[in-house]
Amino acid sequence: MVEGLYARIAKWTFVYPLLLVSSVVMLFPLAWTFSTSLKTAATVTLREVKLIPDPVQWSNYITIFEESPLILYTQNTMYMVVTSVIGGVVICALAGYAFARIRFPAREVLFYVLLSTMMLPHVVQIIPLFVIFDRMGLVGTFWPLIIPRLLGHNAFYIFLMRQFFRGIPLELSDAARMDGCTELGIWARIIMPNSKPVLAAVGIFSIQFAWNDFLSPLIYLGPKKELWTLALGLNAQKGFEGEITSLHKMMVISVYMIIPMLLVFAFGQKYMIEGVTFSGMKG
Amino acid sequence: MLTDMQGYLHRHRAKWVGFAFILPWILSALWFDLIPFVTNLYLSFTDYSVSTSTPDWLGFENYREILEIDLLFTKSLGNTVYYLVLGVPIRLVVAFAIAVLLNLRIHALGTFRTIFYIPSVVPLVAVSIIFFGMFNARYGIFNQLLILLDLPPVRWLTRPEWIKPAMIIMSTWGFGAQMVIFLAGLQGIPSELYEAAEMDGGSYWHQLFRITIPMVSPVIFFNLIIGIIGGFQVFASAYVLLGPGGGPLNAGLFYVLHIYNNAFSYFRLGYAAALSVVLFLIILFFTVIMVRTSDRWVYYGDT
Repeated sequence: MVEGLYARIAKWTFVYPLLLVSSVVMLFPLAWTFSTSLKTAATVTLREVKLIPDPVQWSNYITIFEESPLILYTQNTMYMVVTSVIGGVVICALAGYAFARIRFPAREVLFYVLLSTMMLPHVVQIIPLFVIFDRMGLVGTFWPLIIPRLLGHNAFYIFLMRQFFRGIPLELSDAARMDGCTELGIWARIIMPNSKPVLAAVGIFSIQFAWNDFLSPLIYLGPKKELWTLALGLNAQKGFEGEITSLHKMMVISVYMIIPMLLVFAFGQKYMIEGVTFSGMKG
Repeated sequence: MLTDMQGYLHRHRAKWVGFAFILPWILSALWFDLIPFVTNLYLSFTDYSVSTSTPDWLGFENYREILEIDLLFTKSLGNTVYYLVLGVPIRLVVAFAIAVLLNLRIHALGTFRTIFYIPSVVPLVAVSIIFFGMFNARYGIFNQLLILLDLPPVRWLTRPEWIKPAMIIMSTWGFGAQMVIFLAGLQGIPSELYEAAEMDGGSYWHQLFRITIPMVSPVIFFNLIIGIIGGFQVFASAYVLLGPGGGPLNAGLFYVLHIYNNAFSYFRLGYAAALSVVLFLIILFFTVIMVRTSDRWVYYGDT
């Protein structure tokens, strides 16, 4: 299709300038965060618009480790991340395979149950789950955060997997079945190797969700500082030292918390955008 | 005969193999969906505080208190509805507008899409901390920029009337995920439709309102529903930005913050459960209304 002159003029006078301005607006908070993270206790409270601070205090990125147990928080967060990924990529993939390819009694009914749990707002589960875990004596441990993840408690991931697996040619698994492959064997040798996009998408979502989660750690780990995740640690930094004079420290921790997610995004952008798109198209 | 037997065994075992694959999910659905849902309903009719005591049956007392006594119920519901009614459409329109611009066969589409999506990968707690700094009335960059433009500074987080707009600005920054969904929807519109319209001499705006918007109306609908369900449950961003009380005069006390305070600050778990049941009913009501009316304004093709 040939573009009209009018359309091309509109693009260069209107569309590109607008997109450029919006891009600057979108990136500004991140630039500001990085800039503020390099300020000193004195310059952070100067009333000025200055994107390159003077002096540039790179040592903030080192000294923060003396003031905040970031390594410990990161370790704790990694428990959440690893269990999330295992639950998402293995347990949800097994369930997704059964819903997609194995015939068993009441499969359709159970699939509707799965879909309806997707619609259930999290808010009705917060209190009873706390009560249940409290009665089990597990409040103040990682278990209330880890068990749901290890059991693959995520209907959306299972649904994503099922939809993807249904698209894998039946001939592949039938051939394997002829050769005496069990369902588990088919899953491991045929389905999983052919499902990189959906596995990557679910893996990335699992990492993000575990890294960012705030409410559950707050409820279950609240008073136990040694079990805190990065999200809780960052939130706590806000309460220290009369808040605003430690702004640069908050921004240092923010940068540390953001960078891994940017890396995940950089490596998995394609799968992530496919996954997000899919959630919108099929949801 | 032997093969028959093997076939039977195989089929019979296959039945149970399926269950084995979904066993973890069945456990998790029971443990984390079904039992909590029922327990929550039960708790909502009780007075229950700490692990040692047993729940005392109250009947509808909690619900009566919510509807007749609890001023913060009305306040927090009002705050949440304010945030939804303004915030969800604004984010939707921004996401849609940017997606439409990106769909104009422009250069560097991938770069722009990445830039607009990046805020959506920033952890929510970090987003709130960043905006907490930027909104600071004295030193925050927003007010410095306002002063630079000769505009009066705003006490974003300390004036009740500015708290919710501040929350909306913050949440709008993360429109990227919705934009990506819109963009995929736009790219899925068959180009023949536009070619036919161009043949008939339809203007760009005519095409936008007669082809583009109707064709992506299912995506608009999806984003709207997700936005509303998520908006009713806003928690982490408000908690980090404003604290559990929601700032001065509870201007940023959103519904789930109110639930959280009752459950984990006052240890009124029964009452908090009742609050959550009320919110569940409200969300259900809105969702049903939207789904029921959707056939009037959502175009699902000719099927």
